[in-house]
Amino acid sequence: MREEIISRDEEMNAVPIDYKYGFTTDHKNLKDTGKGLSEEVIKEISKEKNEPSWMLDIRLNAYRQFIKMPLPGWGPDLTQELDFDSYTYYIKPSDRTASSWDDVPESIKETFEKLGIPEAEAKYLNGVSTQYESEVVYHNNQKELEEAGVIFLDTDSALKQHPDIFREYFGKVVPFADNKFSALNTSVWSGGSFIYVPKGVKLEKPLQSYFRINSESMGQFERTLIIVDEGADVHYIEGCTAPIYTANSLHSAVVEIFVKKGGKCRYTTIQNWSNNILNLVTKRAICDDDAHMEWIDGNIGSKITMKYPACILKGDRSKGTTVSIAFAGKGQTQNAGAKMTHLGKDTSSSIISKSLSRHGGNVTYLGLVEHRENANGAKTNIECDTIILDGISKSDTIPYNVTKNGDITVQHEAKVSKVSEEQLFYLMSRGLSQEQATEMIIMGFIEPFARELPMEYAVELNQLLKLEMEGSIG
Amino acid sequence: MDVLHISGLRAAIEDKEILKGVNLEVKSGEFHAVMGPNGTGKSTLAQVIMGHPKYEVLAGKITMNDEDVLEMEVDERAKAGLFLAMQYPSEIPGVTNSDFLRMAVRTKMQQEDKRLNLGAFMKELKGKIGDLKMQDDMAARYLNEGFSGGEKKRNEILQLLMLKPKIAVLDEVDSGLDVDALKIVGDAVNSMRSDSFGCLIITHYQRILDYITPDFVHVMMDGRIVKSGDVSLMKKVDSEGYDWIKKEKL
Repeated sequence: MREEIISRDEEMNAVPIDYKYGFTTDHKNLKDTGKGLSEEVIKEISKEKNEPSWMLDIRLNAYRQFIKMPLPGWGPDLTQELDFDSYTYYIKPSDRTASSWDDVPESIKETFEKLGIPEAEAKYLNGVSTQYESEVVYHNNQKELEEAGVIFLDTDSALKQHPDIFREYFGKVVPFADNKFSALNTSVWSGGSFIYVPKGVKLEKPLQSYFRINSESMGQFERTLIIVDEGADVHYIEGCTAPIYTANSLHSAVVEIFVKKGGKCRYTTIQNWSNNILNLVTKRAICDDDAHMEWIDGNIGSKITMKYPACILKGDRSKGTTVSIAFAGKGQTQNAGAKMTHLGKDTSSSIISKSLSRHGGNVTYLGLVEHRENANGAKTNIECDTIILDGISKSDTIPYNVTKNGDITVQHEAKVSKVSEEQLFYLMSRGLSQEQATEMIIMGFIEPFARELPMEYAVELNQLLKLEMEGSIG
Repeated sequence: MDVLHISGLRAAIEDKEILKGVNLEVKSGEFHAVMGPNGTGKSTLAQVIMGHPKYEVLAGKITMNDEDVLEMEVDERAKAGLFLAMQYPSEIPGVTNSDFLRMAVRTKMQQEDKRLNLGAFMKELKGKIGDLKMQDDMAARYLNEGFSGGEKKRNEILQLLMLKPKIAVLDEVDSGLDVDALKIVGDAVNSMRSDSFGCLIITHYQRILDYITPDFVHVMMDGRIVKSGDVSLMKKVDSEGYDWIKKEKL
């Protein structure tokens, strides 16, 4: 097996590719549903998963809604990109969820080793749940989590083990009829993370999970549900890397988060999908009184990304924060932003968006901030900075503010920067090459995002951007 | 022995000729001062030596140890041993002073086939920050961002001390400094004095020269060096101004 992988790597190395994690392992898929989607396929998925009938009903209702709904009326044009009949909606990589690293099939392990997961695990991780294709194959909760009453499972297992709590929250902050892709995800969802943090439990170390698409033209539709009970505190990290494929792949996830009174949740993602993937994601959190939701959201890869992490600030004095970066290179469209809906009194939100484009890439900040009738004393601060690295790339900032209350404050600051001649001259006069100087200025530009990341992620982001920046001069 | 040689240098910005034939030679071990009224091309000379892209060189030569400096990129000039302490240093948000300096020092050491020892680097940086009586948090702050005028100037000198170039050009490092800071900066530059370091001090006020004694003094007017001498020339300018030189030239 190992030799096969090595020879495969050599094959891959012989092809000029620019994607760092562009390797595939030859793990045999045990089951898939073939290309295309129908009620039969959905029934097959549900049966395969041994689900309760109410979940199948939700899936089928969502599917009927999906067929009826149009594509989103905003953002990039997807009509030429999407071919719903060409995707495989469910692939099962192995016939059970492994409980320890030793039980994980060797070829899957090889993949994760290349991604450096064992090292990551060695470093103060509470639990690792890695998604390989559609199902979680490795899940390792450490004892302290269990002792604290924290549930950290793949979403399929959570449905089996905690059906009541699951049913109470599933689809409540992102209803399937919200948009075409939330309907699609609800009908075919598979995998994802489920987290419940009980009252008052504050987790110091982050929980994290890696996601990975590993089969040509397959969609990945993970579903994540996080419930942070009163006064609890959790940081969840989702990291994505994907190998290279020739056909379009669709990734359409839904993330739902409930932050109860006085609770705090931070959700960190750096997506680095290979540049043939459509990444259409719905992420939304709802905050009760004094709760705080933070989205730390990095978008480096994919062909097209549409992602607007949202906070519904329902409770009084609740807070929503989004800190994001988006990087669009050749052939890439990043349509990313944030959504803040202020319902409660004295709620506050903060959005910091940093975007970069080069080699004809197209990056857009699209944001919606709403202050509703009862949001007296609400405050919003928006900062959008963008750097366009050449003359052929694009960047747009489109902030919508909807205000239905006179007693609110909104500050908005938008800046288009460039890597200035003066800055380059300054750094180069100290002996840095033009590449080094440009890289340093870019790293400084995204520092407000990078400093929010755990060290190992900041280092990884740094390396990713360096790879992306290589050869960007001249 | 390192030699920076400038001859017949003419340079323009946006089609306006600023330098109209500058001749100057700075060798290691020597401290030169270039004085002169405002707008005579002193800072342009500094920027052209380092290769600022907004200036166009019309004629003349700059060589460093007989190598053509005008053919070099900005970073190659630094690698050849040149340094410019800038009058208006750029701000680089998000990049800490220490990260920047570490990168610059490491690049220099790689060129010399040496490896940077992080512990030694941090110790030296801390020591120099102390020598320059800068705030302790200087290493952790973003490069020049939000620095006062005086802090920026001291930060330029900090870079000079850390990078140890062969020939340094100091462009009005005295402006924006109070008397105490002038003395600190002067002491720091004096501490660099050696057989392997040459310095070209460009100044509008001659205050810095109360602390650094140049071996050669040049007066620049209308894009040329019109008079050269020793420290006595500086003293004469200090007491009589520049008018007598203008008259002499007429």
